[in-house]
Amino acid sequence: MAETVLTPELLPAGADGFVLRFALTPEPRAMAAARSLADRLEAAPPPGTVEIAPALVSVLLRFDPARTDRETLAAHLRTVAQEIAATEPRMPEPSRRWTIPVSFGNENGPQLSDVATKLGMGEDAAIREICASELRVLTIGFAPGQPYIGLLPDAWHLPRLSELTPTVPPGAVVVAVRQIVLFGSASATGWRQIGRAAFRTFMPERREPMPLRGGDAIRFAPASAAEIDALSGEGDRMGGARLEVLR
Amino acid sequence: MSALTLHRADGLLTVQDLGRPGHLAEGLSRGGAMDRRALLEAAALLGARQPPAGIEMAGAGGTFTVSAPTRIALTGAPMRATLDQEPLRWNSTHLVNPGQRLRIGALQAGVYGYLVPAGGMATPDWLGSRAAHLTIGIGQLLSSGSELPIGPDPEPHRPALTLPPDPRFEGGVVRVMDGPQTALFDAEVIEAFYATEFTRGVRGNRQGVQLEAARRFTSGHAKGLASDLIGPGDVQMTGEGAPYVLMAECQTVGGYPRLGTVLPADLPRIAQAAPGMKLRPVHVTLKQAIALHQPEAEELREIAARCQPLVRDPATIRDLLSYQLIGGITRGDDLERE
Repeated sequence: MAETVLTPELLPAGADGFVLRFALTPEPRAMAAARSLADRLEAAPPPGTVEIAPALVSVLLRFDPARTDRETLAAHLRTVAQEIAATEPRMPEPSRRWTIPVSFGNENGPQLSDVATKLGMGEDAAIREICASELRVLTIGFAPGQPYIGLLPDAWHLPRLSELTPTVPPGAVVVAVRQIVLFGSASATGWRQIGRAAFRTFMPERREPMPLRGGDAIRFAPASAAEIDALSGEGDRMGGARLEVLR
Repeated sequence: MSALTLHRADGLLTVQDLGRPGHLAEGLSRGGAMDRRALLEAAALLGARQPPAGIEMAGAGGTFTVSAPTRIALTGAPMRATLDQEPLRWNSTHLVNPGQRLRIGALQAGVYGYLVPAGGMATPDWLGSRAAHLTIGIGQLLSSGSELPIGPDPEPHRPALTLPPDPRFEGGVVRVMDGPQTALFDAEVIEAFYATEFTRGVRGNRQGVQLEAARRFTSGHAKGLASDLIGPGDVQMTGEGAPYVLMAECQTVGGYPRLGTVLPADLPRIAQAAPGMKLRPVHVTLKQAIALHQPEAEELREIAARCQPLVRDPATIRDLLSYQLIGGITRGDDLERE
């Protein structure tokens, strides 16, 4: 399928911000482009930058109007975004990788069997596919530290449920639209819960309350329910997650 | 460390300052005071360079005493306030001594009143701010009987100051600029939005405020839209096309389309519009919004220049002879001269 070139839009966000948007819908190429742009801006913030915050397919940049010229900044951002869009955007290489133990299925993943059926495979094969996928933190939001992780293979393009599950526990691993959300606290959701981690994405008293960063590589490691229960009891709430710094 | 004792909380009271900017990429919104101007007013009245943390009082205040002489500023939505039964002027500073009872009662207008001690609230800070952010479990509602640490007042005998009221407690016109998703709405929907007088709905909290009207404002592009960054001031349309203005404690990303953004200068007016008040959006161009943009440090200097000595009517002063009557004059622009 021939794909058209992404056309980034530069849009004002308040009097002191710009949004660079690569698409309106969550297209994989736009996600890769947004992450690439965020990495480039973070590596070399334009003069006057106050904050850089990437979402799924866009990047917000806030600036101090007293320290920069709006038009110069806009021209620079447009150039960088167009350079990225003109190439075939790929997720930039991760600088860190997390390995996070998850107990899949049964009481920790009540909808895993439903998901596996929809994918036409067994539960074990579905777990293997998740754990073998090259996953990245696509963005963080909704709640502090809470990641949107992806992308799973095409077959995982499962719609959200029309009925909300009233509550899933903290650490719930839920899937929809080729993405995974790892819930920081108990929450209602329209996504399907397939597992549970002891890792907490937000712990105010920790030195780094929100440990994940956009762009981090994520690997899920299958663990038993008993292992997750044991890890949940540990004081740091890292739930056995391991962080490797890659570069 | 001095203490401010809250004997009885009548409203919903939390510690607030200007919040925690800079954490959007980590999913944390800035939070902080709903009416940021009220904190700038308190800072100007108290002669502070940065707004100290104060108590945000939603609906009603409470009864307080202090352990050491301290000036306080009362700003934001006017509330009936007395010190040992003497009425206190709102939008002013007052000296409170140990043994005196400060009572802050019902709202006279607006939603959020502020009590700011000169030395600031000294409750625990997290990521550089003392602001309660209840939706994520940071801080808590202040409860009756709590003894709250406050910083010492550097100059308790600094003359009392007052500010002419800045009317923003009865609804009114709010200026709105286009945002990144304005083009997702048809011209006719946008036109209708700006032709509508809204009623501040009953649904509203520190995350957002509902604007009510008979009409709905939907976007044909709402379905399948990628979640995007959202922030205070954004006018978000729910699935049914009902507008909400996002406020201090909103989430950081959202999937509902946003028709525009209320200028930061007019957000206090929305925060302070009680349910039932009329709010009318007026469109401003990007160029106008840029011209109107004012950093808070500059706003603080401007407010400080408007402070005046608090002159009390001698007829209402019971113990006139105990007052030092000639010391209460300042130029009111101390911050600018320093």
